[in-house]
Amino acid sequence: MKNLLELKNIGKTFSIKENKDTVILEDINIQVKEGEFLAILGPSGSGKSTLLRIIAGLIPSSGGSVVYLGKAIQGINPGAAMVFQSFALFPWLTVLDNVMLGLEGSRLTEEEKEKKSMQVLDVVGLDGFENAYPKELSGGMRQRVGIGRALVSEPDILLMDEAFSALDVLTAENLRRDLLELWLEKKIPTKAIILVTHGIEEAVYMADRAVILSSGPATVVENITIDIPRWRDRKSPEFLAYVDRIYSFMTKKKAVAELIEQRKKTALLPSVTAGALTGFLELLEDLNEKTDLYKLADRFMMDIEDFFPLVEAASLLRFASVTEGDIELTEEGKAFAQATVLARKELFRRQLLQQVPFVQQMMQILQSKSNKQMNIEFFENLLCHSFEQEAAAKQLDLLIGWERYAELIEYDDDKEVVYLPESA
Amino acid sequence: MAVFTKGLQQRRFCLMDGMLLCLLFVVLYAVLKLGAGMGVSFSPEQRPVIDLDPLGLPYYAGRSLLRMFIAFGASLIFTIFYGYVAAKSRTARKVMVPLLDILQSVPVLGFLSATIVAFMAFFPGSLLGVECASILAIFTGQAWNMTFSFYHSLITIPKDLQEASDMLHLNWWQRFVHLELPVSAISLIWNGMMSFGGGWFFLAASEAITVLGEDIHLPGVGSYLAAAVDAGDISAMLYAMAAMLLMIFLVDQFFWRPLVVWGQRFKLELSESETQPVSFIYDLLHGSWLVNQIFRWSIYPAARGFNRFMDTVANITESGMQVAEVRWKGEWLRSVFWGLLGLFICYMLYRPVIGAFSMLYGIGTSGIIEALHLGFLTWLRVMAALVLGALWTIPAGVWIGMNPRLAEKLQPVVQMAAAFPANMIFPLLIIVFVNLNVNFEYGSVLLMMLGTQWYILFNVIAGAMSLPNDMLEAAAVFKIHGWKKWKSVILPGIFPQLVTGFVTASGGAWNASIVSEIAGWKDIDLTATGIGAYINLATAAGDWPKIVLGITAMCVFVVTINRLVWGRLYKLAETKYHLD
Repeated sequence: MKNLLELKNIGKTFSIKENKDTVILEDINIQVKEGEFLAILGPSGSGKSTLLRIIAGLIPSSGGSVVYLGKAIQGINPGAAMVFQSFALFPWLTVLDNVMLGLEGSRLTEEEKEKKSMQVLDVVGLDGFENAYPKELSGGMRQRVGIGRALVSEPDILLMDEAFSALDVLTAENLRRDLLELWLEKKIPTKAIILVTHGIEEAVYMADRAVILSSGPATVVENITIDIPRWRDRKSPEFLAYVDRIYSFMTKKKAVAELIEQRKKTALLPSVTAGALTGFLELLEDLNEKTDLYKLADRFMMDIEDFFPLVEAASLLRFASVTEGDIELTEEGKAFAQATVLARKELFRRQLLQQVPFVQQMMQILQSKSNKQMNIEFFENLLCHSFEQEAAAKQLDLLIGWERYAELIEYDDDKEVVYLPESA
Repeated sequence: MAVFTKGLQQRRFCLMDGMLLCLLFVVLYAVLKLGAGMGVSFSPEQRPVIDLDPLGLPYYAGRSLLRMFIAFGASLIFTIFYGYVAAKSRTARKVMVPLLDILQSVPVLGFLSATIVAFMAFFPGSLLGVECASILAIFTGQAWNMTFSFYHSLITIPKDLQEASDMLHLNWWQRFVHLELPVSAISLIWNGMMSFGGGWFFLAASEAITVLGEDIHLPGVGSYLAAAVDAGDISAMLYAMAAMLLMIFLVDQFFWRPLVVWGQRFKLELSESETQPVSFIYDLLHGSWLVNQIFRWSIYPAARGFNRFMDTVANITESGMQVAEVRWKGEWLRSVFWGLLGLFICYMLYRPVIGAFSMLYGIGTSGIIEALHLGFLTWLRVMAALVLGALWTIPAGVWIGMNPRLAEKLQPVVQMAAAFPANMIFPLLIIVFVNLNVNFEYGSVLLMMLGTQWYILFNVIAGAMSLPNDMLEAAAVFKIHGWKKWKSVILPGIFPQLVTGFVTASGGAWNASIVSEIAGWKDIDLTATGIGAYINLATAAGDWPKIVLGITAMCVFVVTINRLVWGRLYKLAETKYHLD
């Protein structure tokens, strides 16, 4: 089969003032063949949505090219249509008008456009709703309109950006099934579907192939062909084996271990409050054993997206260790979980000073000042060597939060000054 | 275009349609008749005379109304063009947005004299020049606010809708019709309504004016009042005020209410709110056979044709731009264009600027110091007016805002009061001042306050309504009462809206200073020392250097204070007192 779409050495760098550029995507090569359903998986912030937007031509890549039918695209990809996580419907247009908008660029007459749109509405199961406004519909119905609008122009490639994440569990499942049916039974002329998701099960359930991205900067970690006959049973051992395999790729390679090393160098903290971390460690202590991260996330009814920062924070402070997709409390972690409030602060303070070099640096600076205080702008500027302005401010916010919890410093929000507590 | 015309169904002809038909012809006839009066000849010997017979009042009211709507139409067109270009072009934005900011804060009434003279030179021997100047004054009172709102809507369009439009390959016209105009419709209508309300003040101020030693009275309600004041005819004054009030009420009911209801379809959030605005007139028009037919046979086809035409234009320009971009490498072409435009503007501005500078030079330092001193006095008056206004509006506003049922009833009334041009009430107060021998240096503060207090009241009500209930409950639980409650709960809670109110009120007060520092009753003239009176007197005498100096001094004051005081308070409101 020939390649319908080809990504050649795609890279994306967001340039920030001064010389610090953030690399989001690095050297990404993916081929999509006709008749293929591809899922792109990756942890949050890994740039998978950015990649999809580069494929769509919504944002230009910094390097490499997107080749569609043998030609590198310029601007919007002529062969692609997109389904959005937020549906992106025009609230002032009826369902029919929303779908007809997908044909606005074509040369058909009004009547032809209407006829074709009605057919598509029938296909996506919205027969009889053509005169309703999006606000009258449920979330699932709205996304059906979004899919209909994308399909009406008969694109070769259907791009789906977390298309099912904004829906409740049952609705999402229903819609997945219906879309898969259209696709498998060739009721739509679409030649390839690319689905971006963070749901591993969703990917294994729907796709022929999964591309797994690592986080910051994203590269292709693994390319797994999912070889299970349709319709797939989520409970089958084969299915679970795929889920487990993908999960360990997402956590093992680079994802956690390397990230933590990388973060230690730059003192980049995951966005977690001290309170949330404490709760997480207590829960781990209650489990009292080595646990599979994926099952853990499932058990807490959390998305992996929300889950990673907690894991990172716990391992950064050496309260827990992660190996091969399993997490376990360290001695310090156990002590912390069992300690009293005051003792916890003591433990937290020690780990923070030991594991985060920037905290040490901050304390030394404060100690060396005669009035034991410092404008936070100073620290923000220090952080600006490693981060862009906005990220630096956020990092400092987090740092101050952690340090306040550890009673290392005190902070005056009005004057924006940090100072050492009297007793220290 | 279908977006804007959707929702008509089959209707039957009924008695109401007959009445609407009559109304339609009356309106058409009136517009023609009133419009014909705009271009009558005008010369020192042939001045329009205002007849104080109340039977003439409807005609004058019609002329005023026509002026308001022409100005509003012009504002709307300006808004869309200026806002669109500013939002689309990064280069243009850098100049256009700061310029708009300055235009918005400058007291436009100060420029009235200059524009009248310019327009009179443009239409010699015709009243059309003065008419245009008056329309321009109303326009400048409306346009900036609307433009800002439109620009703001355009740059805050939700990203997913923009991306969807990109993916759907919409050209710029389709994007404008399907996305940009609908997204901004609600705030455009709302701001249009507010600006229109503010426009009445400029209407009343610009109809009757003394320029270069000549008294000019444009036929209109404002002039009618001015003539009544000159004649000392109190009943005629009251007629004029009643006519004004009626006009405001009717425009609100027949124009704005239906528009607000119609605009609800452009709500961005996908959930339906409980309270929907209602309009009797909208329901009437919406349900009418006649309106239906007019839309079906004239407006729809016209809109469709226009849409098709613009669509073709957009396709041609877009492919043209692509060619240009390939051939000229885009950037280069653009910089040449902006360079040429910049040179042209500099060339156009060169002479007036040189002229203004030489004029200022002619006045000398003492003149400049005098102007600044007067500006300072007016500033004190503006501040006093704000403080006095705040003294009663804050408690009243909080009281109204915390009683939802009261707020619902009183808000339209407050809105009407705010729209009613304060300068039409001035004469009544002047009579009181004259009779009680009030010192006008202080009395003029009261005049200033009259127009501006509503803005504070308005915003305080909004602030008090949005005070979170849990905060009030917490205050009750902790037994926080009296002054302490004001200090720690209410005032911080309404702070952001209060600042907005003060900013708007201060803008209004500066504008009002031009008409409130100088006043007359029959043959008694009252003057307060200040930059407003200075500009007014200079205008009447045709003393150009003083006009320019006065306006400049005032602008310097306003812009400086905006930057130093209000800008900082805004920032404080956004950071420290932000309720979320």
